[in-house]
Amino acid sequence: MGTALAFYLASAIAVIASARVITSANPVHALLYLVVSLLAVAMIFFSLGAPFAAALEMIVYAGAIMVLFVFVVMMLNLGSAVIEQEKQWLSPRAWAGPAILSLMLLVELFRSIGMESDHMVNTATIGPKAVGVSLFGPYVLAVELASMLLLSAMVAAWHLGRPNDHKE
Amino acid sequence: MLEAIPMEHGLALAGVLFSLGLAGVLIRRNLLFILMSIEIMMNSAGLAFVVAGSRWHQPDGQIMFIFVLTLAAAEAAIGLALVLQLYHRYHSLDVDAASEMRG
Repeated sequence: MGTALAFYLASAIAVIASARVITSANPVHALLYLVVSLLAVAMIFFSLGAPFAAALEMIVYAGAIMVLFVFVVMMLNLGSAVIEQEKQWLSPRAWAGPAILSLMLLVELFRSIGMESDHMVNTATIGPKAVGVSLFGPYVLAVELASMLLLSAMVAAWHLGRPNDHKE
Repeated sequence: MLEAIPMEHGLALAGVLFSLGLAGVLIRRNLLFILMSIEIMMNSAGLAFVVAGSRWHQPDGQIMFIFVLTLAAAEAAIGLALVLQLYHRYHSLDVDAASEMRG
């Protein structure tokens, strides 16, 4: 009873918080709802028997990446004018079309997944040891590629983040 | 009765989160909100990997989630640097402000 209840409760929290992210006018409120959504997904990972993924979701996603977003929002120092502008942009005329299209895609996705529940998830824990053995065994080349991706992202962020001296 | 979780429910949750993120990308005009919606979409993709990995009781799903996490970190770093550049140049986060296509 415990794991299934945790799964469905955390699913509801994740969906509601994500919906609040895309409908919120204040960037700081949206960021905090996004953190709640990520923590709910971490709870889902835990209930599915993936504690290492849950810990990474909390530390790296909710901890590091979201703090990066918070820093940028603080640096931009967006005032109440931006919130008013966002409220103006969020008119039903603007969001009705994309919402209907996304809903149609979602219905199609549900139909292709199929809701007959005869494949049960095995909620037995897959611990960090099994993940580590596999990560540095057959997947070691992908780990090297991921490190190169992070290096190139760092170089690109440094290049883009420089104060631009060429005024147009 | 409610002990086991069907895999389809996990995949359906990933689909719902992905659709929410997609709707966010389409609806919002603020670059910061677009980046947040992309984070939601990547997170849902990682969730689908972990659900599938649990279904067959293999660690590969969690490993793919780690790679999605790496990709999300790289994307957030570059995207936020672009947000700062956009704000410095146009004093606005409206993506339509940067539609001039000049160097």
